[in-house]
Amino acid sequence: MPLLDVVDLHAEFRTGLGRVPAVNGVSFTVDRGETVAIVGESGSGKSASALSLLRLIPDPPGRITGGRILFDGRDLLQLSEAEMRQVRGGDIGMVFQEPMTSLNPVLTIGRQITETLEQHRGADRTGAERRAIELLSLVGIADPGRRLKQYPHQLSGGMRQRIMIAIAIACDPKLIIADEPTTALDVTIQAQILELMKDLTRRLGAALIIITHNLGVVARYANRVNVMYAGRIVESGPAAAVYRRPRHPYTMALLRSVPRIDRPRQSRLDPILGQPPDLTRVDDGCAFRPRCRFAIAACARRRPTLMAGREAGHLAACLRQDEIALGAEMAL
Amino acid sequence: MKPAEPAASSAPLLEVKGLRKHFPISEGLLIGRKIGEVKAVDGVDFTIRRGETLGLVGESGCGKTTTGRCILRLERPTAGEIRYNGLDIATLKGRPLLELRRRIQVIFQDPYSSLNPRMKVGQIIAEPIRAHGIERDRARRAARVHELLSVCDLDPAFADRYPHEMSGGQRQRVGIARALALEPEFIVCDEAVSALDVSIQAQIINLLEDLRERFHLTYLFIAHDLSVVRHICHRVAVMYLGRIVELADCDQLFDNPQHPYTQALLAAVPVPDPEVERRRAFRPLVGEVPSTINPPSGCTFHPRCPIAVSACRQARPELRELRPRHWVACGQVDWPFERHEFAGIRSPPKRAVPPPPNKEAGTQQHEQNGRIRWDRGLGCRRLVLLRR
Ligand SMILES: Nc1ncnc2c1ncn2[C@@H]1O[C@H](COP(=O)(O)OP(=O)(O)OP(=O)(O)O)[C@@H](O)[C@H]1O
Ligand SMILES: Nc1ncnc2c1ncn2[C@@H]1O[C@H](COP(=O)(O)OP(=O)(O)OP(=O)(O)O)[C@@H](O)[C@H]1O
Ligand code: SF4
Ligand SMILES: [Mg+2]
Ligand SMILES: [Mg+2]
Repeated sequence: MPLLDVVDLHAEFRTGLGRVPAVNGVSFTVDRGETVAIVGESGSGKSASALSLLRLIPDPPGRITGGRILFDGRDLLQLSEAEMRQVRGGDIGMVFQEPMTSLNPVLTIGRQITETLEQHRGADRTGAERRAIELLSLVGIADPGRRLKQYPHQLSGGMRQRIMIAIAIACDPKLIIADEPTTALDVTIQAQILELMKDLTRRLGAALIIITHNLGVVARYANRVNVMYAGRIVESGPAAAVYRRPRHPYTMALLRSVPRIDRPRQSRLDPILGQPPDLTRVDDGCAFRPRCRFAIAACARRRPTLMAGREAGHLAACLRQDEIALGAEMAL
Repeated sequence: MKPAEPAASSAPLLEVKGLRKHFPISEGLLIGRKIGEVKAVDGVDFTIRRGETLGLVGESGCGKTTTGRCILRLERPTAGEIRYNGLDIATLKGRPLLELRRRIQVIFQDPYSSLNPRMKVGQIIAEPIRAHGIERDRARRAARVHELLSVCDLDPAFADRYPHEMSGGQRQRVGIARALALEPEFIVCDEAVSALDVSIQAQIINLLEDLRERFHLTYLFIAHDLSVVRHICHRVAVMYLGRIVELADCDQLFDNPQHPYTQALLAAVPVPDPEVERRRAFRPLVGEVPSTINPPSGCTFHPRCPIAVSACRQARPELRELRPRHWVACGQVDWPFERHEFAGIRSPPKRAVPPPPNKEAGTQQHEQNGRIRWDRGLGCRRLVLLRR
């Protein structure tokens, strides 16, 4: 049984412009100890999915409208809010893009860590403080005793993100959800934080869901990858297989549109044409259709569902996935 | 396509010599007492020839934008000289200054905040044309706006829209159209594609390349995405804490980085290919980017440098031309061997590019030139590896 089994999750935002089906039938699994990536362009529903998993989607305007989130045998959608609070920060740790907004500006770093420990693990004050020092050294912060007395604004962006990670791992979580954990950071600091997360998840045996739009980060760290487009997962599979032989035209186009540092320079980039979709106006057909080079009349008639291809565990939601997979390896 | 580089002999369009920009830090809100300074740019030299694209890379706060702003005369340098077409821009006044402002334009990172939200796109683009008195006739100005929009692959109907009614990529095209309105020669692209989604980024990069060719533009291309920089630039300067630490032709810099910081930056770029990543040995650079207020002594990179010796703490290394056209500010490198493997990228498995399987797939052809260069690079790398 997987650690996390998300089944047909739906969430929407009600806005002045209409209903935004930000999470539109998302299903995926995460095994114990594995790193799963969610990629996709801005607005594709990555954060909305992550927030839904934790039942943190802002309501209103947001609302979870269906599905099941089986975590360690329990459906998170059936838990009371009090039970859910125990899960958040306890068995599931969270790291978000902007640590400044997730850290409390008026509490010291130390207090924020010990609070988590007291709430979830019933630790006493001194025990919690000892553990906090241990955690800060674990995330590579020098002079932890002094840092514990400081406030978030006294730290650099990279250090704040390390604090977030320390809080996320404080209670030995089984799963860590990291939404763009390094996007706001400098290149070399980004690399430090990602290596730290990889190292920690390995040492703690925790699973990691990493949300990013950086295809390189996925390739470097993820075992499996889910590609999102317009609120749905359009391709899912082992990272190596998805990158080598994508089965969905969107994945293929994404991979082809980025210049690569390890390849001969191309004379021209091969962009994805057109604009990202307007979620208030999705129809019954394939949402990628207007931008798809392979679209045929049938693509407008019914929405392709996520289906397995020849390789086990490699799924795509495209009517022509077998043909695409054949050509993809050559085209990449 | 990257056009051939301009001949090495042609005179530089832009010369930057000993550029320094220090911002005072003061205590007290109104009449502050100066308590220190931020050495945002601290002795930068480079030249850009007509038609060339120079990349400027480095981490946040290293002074890229400030360098660009000095060139745009939005910032008055603390010291140093900037010559455009041979003229010292600091001394320009009146008409020649206006002329400079016309010839040098800028494209910003953030298409959201760089366009006036209360103006329609048409007005935004027409504004500089009007202000510079280039086209006084309204109708002809409108025609010019339409032309500029279509040059940037936007429907002329967008002239009647407001910026918030457009997507990020469309807004960035408006920003580019506005920069082109005065028929500039030189454009500072400050993170012009950084805020865009991958799927849109490639569209804008292609547009910038097409425009460069079509209008013979010269770019200073500021960015932190090294893959993008490699794609678009002829030469690249790497900055660290207000100084250039390495400057070389693009292929030289990426195939043969010499400065330990450049090597660390390259190694930090994850490649979108799990097979390549698996073969890469990667150790991230330690430490944080130090403060620009109290920079470390000697070589400012020494606290994070994997090859630093005690001498690095004392004297600040000057940029030296280690090989023709390849400048490095590090006392510890003397080109001991070709260092390709520092980027941690081993030769990718060779795969011939077959003819497109079907027309729709539009398989891309690799640049012949690039491939030959790369193959040669691989050849060296293999030799190096075999010999060990
Ligand atoms: N609070 C909100 N109110 C209304 N709509 C929202 C809200 N938050 C998100 N949305 C919409 O839901 C959709 C999915 O947004 P989401 O934040 O999940 O995207 P994302 O994939 O995380 O993008 P990014 O890469 O930009 O973070 C978008 O169309 C977005 O506009
Ligand atoms: N007007 C100003 N007053 C004081 N300090 C400034 C000012 N403008 C820039 N600085 C400082 O100068 C340094 C260089 O800033 P600059 O914006 O040039 O960096 P950058 O390389 O463009 O960084 P980024 O990648 O974040 O855009 C920074 O430490 C910045 O805080
Ligand atoms: S279903 Fe049709 S339109 Fe959608 S991705 Fe596949 S080929 Fe393209
Ligand atoms: Mg998001
Ligand atoms: Mg900048």
